[in-house]
Amino acid sequence: MNFFDLFGTWLAAGLTVAILSFLYRDNPLYKFAEHIYVGASAAFWVVIFWYSDVKPMLIDRALDPQYPLGEKLILLIPTIFGIMMLLRWFPKVAWISRWPIAFTVGMAAGLALTATVQGYIVPQIKATLFPVVVITKDPLISLWRSLMNIFVIFGVFTTILYFYFSKEHTGLLKVGSRIGIIFIMVGFGASFGYTIMARISLLIGRIYFLLHSWLGVID
Amino acid sequence: MKREVPLAITFITGVLLVVAFFVPHPPLGDLQQRFQIWYSIVAGFTFLLGLDSLVKHHLKKIQHRRSGWGFSVALLISFFTTLILGFYSWFVFSSPYDLRAPFQWLYTSVILPLQATMFALLAFFIASAAYRAFRARNLAASLLLVSAGIVMLGRVPIGKAIWSGLPVISDWIMNYPQMAAKRGILMGTYLGAIAMSLRIILGMERTYLT
Repeated sequence: MNFFDLFGTWLAAGLTVAILSFLYRDNPLYKFAEHIYVGASAAFWVVIFWYSDVKPMLIDRALDPQYPLGEKLILLIPTIFGIMMLLRWFPKVAWISRWPIAFTVGMAAGLALTATVQGYIVPQIKATLFPVVVITKDPLISLWRSLMNIFVIFGVFTTILYFYFSKEHTGLLKVGSRIGIIFIMVGFGASFGYTIMARISLLIGRIYFLLHSWLGVID
Repeated sequence: MKREVPLAITFITGVLLVVAFFVPHPPLGDLQQRFQIWYSIVAGFTFLLGLDSLVKHHLKKIQHRRSGWGFSVALLISFFTTLILGFYSWFVFSSPYDLRAPFQWLYTSVILPLQATMFALLAFFIASAAYRAFRARNLAASLLLVSAGIVMLGRVPIGKAIWSGLPVISDWIMNYPQMAAKRGILMGTYLGAIAMSLRIILGMERTYLT
């Protein structure tokens, strides 16, 4: 192990312990590590974003002599929008930054209208259109699958009913939305349990790092 | 100029994207991809605004010796060190992703452990919040508690050791009721997103201009 690897391990271990110290209570060590994290990640994402997105999409194309002149001129539009965004630094002309914001909002709205329907709503509906009668060689499996398909369709329908606020929840709608809340609660509980387990596995990873890579007390 | 032009830009951009979706031929065919590139370029500049705001905030804190200013010094040092190492790796090693680059070392020694530990720490806080929220006071809270408990136990060896049926029930919950609820919620969310997009394009929703 060279010096930088060793130093890196000690640094990572120190920062890990500093963050975990918050379990005792808020303390300067934790705050120090927290501030280091904010500073390092902000700069990290800038470098990554400019290298992965802005460089290939703007800088490389603008500097490439083979890239068509017309396309280069078109690239001036987002560049000007970007510069307009920076006009927020000058209060007198800060209002101009609303133009690129309007472009990004319009783009997000335009994409949401089309891509959401095509990429999310239609596939979700398609995935819910199960056959309610499944026939296999085993009648028990057929019955189970049929019941489960009906169960999922019923669950999706009642969950949507719960979020239907255009009519007062009375009568049949009330019954439907009550069943919907049962599905929602089971779903939230399961998602919660799943999230906790993901976090626990991260914690195990950090503890393993401390005991294995840093202290070397376990294999 | 201050309100009408942004509203017009939003309307034109939104409508053009919708039209381009239904008319996938030149000159509109590649509009979606082109706008996404433009979006990334604009976002690159927006990052600079964010950084400026972060640096200014902490510089002011240091200048006025406000409480915790020492932490701001640590933040600025880590910020500029990462930035310098990032651009150094980019120009000297041709890529910040190069495994020999100091930027990668910084990522594995500082950012990765901090990020993973920060998220791991959340396990304790979620659990403590859950203790308060999940107390079986009514049917809904009880369902939440039971399904969370089964899914957690069903995902670890101790769950199987307690009862071999736990992983099976855990999988059933994930594959049927959880999926049904998630699907219903997602459909509702997406329909809401569509309604909001329409309001934005038609200029009925203008909060982004304030």
